[in-house]
Amino acid sequence: MKLLVCISKTPDTTAKIAFTDNNSRFDTNGVTFIMNPTDEWYALVRAIEIKEQLGGSVTVINVGPKDNETVVIHKALAIGADDAVRIDADPADAFFVASQIAAYAKDQNYDLIFTGKETIDYNGSNIGGMVAELLDLPYVSLANHLEMAGNTATVTREIEGGQEVIEVNTPFVISAQKGMAEQRIPNMRGIMTARSKPLKVVPPLPVTAYTTIAYYELPPQRKEVKLIDPEHPEELVKLLHEQAKVI
Amino acid sequence: MSVLIYVNHINGNIKKSTFETACYAHRVAQLAGAAEVVALSLGTVSETDLAALGNCGVNRVLSDTNPVFNRFDSGVHTKALAAAAKAVNASVVVLSHNSSGKAIAPRLSVRLQAGLVSAATELPQVNGNVFTVRKSVFSGKAFADYSIITPVKIISLNPNSYPVTRGNGTAAVESFNSGVSTADVKIKVLETKSLSDTIPLPEAELVVSAGRGMKGPENWGMIEELASVLGAATACSRPVADVHWRPHHEHVGQTGITIRPNLYIAIGISGAIQHLAGVSNSKVIVVINKDAEAPFFKAADYGIIGDAFEVIPKLTQALKEFKSQNA
Ligand SMILES: Cc1cc2nc3c(=O)[nH]c(=O)nc-3n(C[C@H](O)[C@H](O)[C@H](O)COP(=O)(O)OP(=O)(O)OC[C@H]3O[C@@H](n4cnc5c(N)ncnc54)[C@H](O)[C@@H]3O)c2cc1C
Repeated sequence: MKLLVCISKTPDTTAKIAFTDNNSRFDTNGVTFIMNPTDEWYALVRAIEIKEQLGGSVTVINVGPKDNETVVIHKALAIGADDAVRIDADPADAFFVASQIAAYAKDQNYDLIFTGKETIDYNGSNIGGMVAELLDLPYVSLANHLEMAGNTATVTREIEGGQEVIEVNTPFVISAQKGMAEQRIPNMRGIMTARSKPLKVVPPLPVTAYTTIAYYELPPQRKEVKLIDPEHPEELVKLLHEQAKVI
Repeated sequence: MSVLIYVNHINGNIKKSTFETACYAHRVAQLAGAAEVVALSLGTVSETDLAALGNCGVNRVLSDTNPVFNRFDSGVHTKALAAAAKAVNASVVVLSHNSSGKAIAPRLSVRLQAGLVSAATELPQVNGNVFTVRKSVFSGKAFADYSIITPVKIISLNPNSYPVTRGNGTAAVESFNSGVSTADVKIKVLETKSLSDTIPLPEAELVVSAGRGMKGPENWGMIEELASVLGAATACSRPVADVHWRPHHEHVGQTGITIRPNLYIAIGISGAIQHLAGVSNSKVIVVINKDAEAPFFKAADYGIIGDAFEVIPKLTQALKEFKSQNA
């Protein structure tokens, strides 16, 4: 099995969200970056498990600047990916990123291309579907279970109000969410060998983004909490009905 | 020029999210000066139900009843939507940002060379050929205004972000052949497990959520009872799903799902930043926690400091009384 996992860099989950340049840019000052959790915990780990089970190789791909090598790529290699590709460009928007990944993957004959279900910064859930369409492949989104038998995959995916078990043949694109695998902490050996694993840097294709971000805003602050006597929850019911008007 | 929407249905039952996208699209058509709102229905849905989309401002429904559509394959549905978009000269396509929308919208974006804003929370600002659309980013910790610069635009609307108002129009239902065949189907559905006895969490207007403070899965009976009296969906914090006290699909937060119900009741949840990220855009938040210092109280509208095991049965009782008086 030849497996490709798309990994993204996101701010740490506890990062302070603030903006600069008249609220037109995310303020990275003092922010720690991590590998996007669903990419790491579910997509990458499941790909490594499949390789361990069936043989093959796991390549990780990231579209981003050089410092992403230390922030996300080395960690993915330490967890167990075999090699890495970095497309040397700032990720302008989802279409730009997907186009770079698809252009690289096109001639590589991957059996499976993984993404996480969405990034925790821009929450698009877009890359997997775009890559699938660019490569004319089936796309199984929001998957929480994946088993391979030869070239056939059995996948459980989320649908509105339920789950569906489906069958699909390789090659295809899959977005992974909770349930797919358990987080793996890299061990010392993994961290040591990561440095000697191949990392290819590829120049980007000229692609024009479809969207740009003009402005950011923080949500309005909530008013001070109104406390209700625990002996009188009927007060809460009354407030929810008469004041908040939600019941 | 027209605005096209995608009809979401399960076994012929049109989802609430479709009415949200219909109302939204109706307004977008006015803002963008588009002549009509057209809906594409794939698979088997009754004509009466489709015509009723006119209540929300849909002028025409294209209905392709080819049975291939009754099983969901994002590639096939994308192909059909693209065919419909060409047929009606759509300048905007609106979908819901739910499970099927998340699979179709990005594919359609590539196919139509149309910029996509997903998880939109507001109407676009229309400025000549550029749309600026607000969406939620950083898992609910902020909003961003995205400008779409392509001639055709795709917006996937966050569930519960746009109100449904119904008038009394009727949409004309026309049969449509999107040119899709069984050869296009790449995904074989083996089994569908519907959770139809419960309300799907992303669409729920009322949500009762509980965390580690409930001590163990055996104590969820009172959470479920409270939810059922309210007519609410149930949710949980991440550690609760991690240890399998509750199913994964109930996990809300930065690494679970993001929701914005009208009412979110958090019981025995501390309010960690990663949890708040997924729920802080709820319209009204109620926190029940025995620790007065729990950070969740800072993000709440109403709070009860008390032991959930004592408060919940009393609250459920009070709600039952309220319901019987207001039935
Ligand atoms: C990268 C990352 C991503 C994460 N993503 C998520 C996410 O998506 N969603 C998420 O939820 N978490 C997430 N977390 C975990 C998060 O940091 C918290 O650990 C988690 O939300 C805590 O869950 P909890 O509130 O149920 O448990 P606790 O923090 O243990 O809180 C339990 C609460 O219950 C109260 N309590 C106890 N007994 C009672 C009682 N009898 N009556 C009333 N109250 C009682 C306590 O006072 C306490 O406030 C993430 C963490 C990381 C590092």
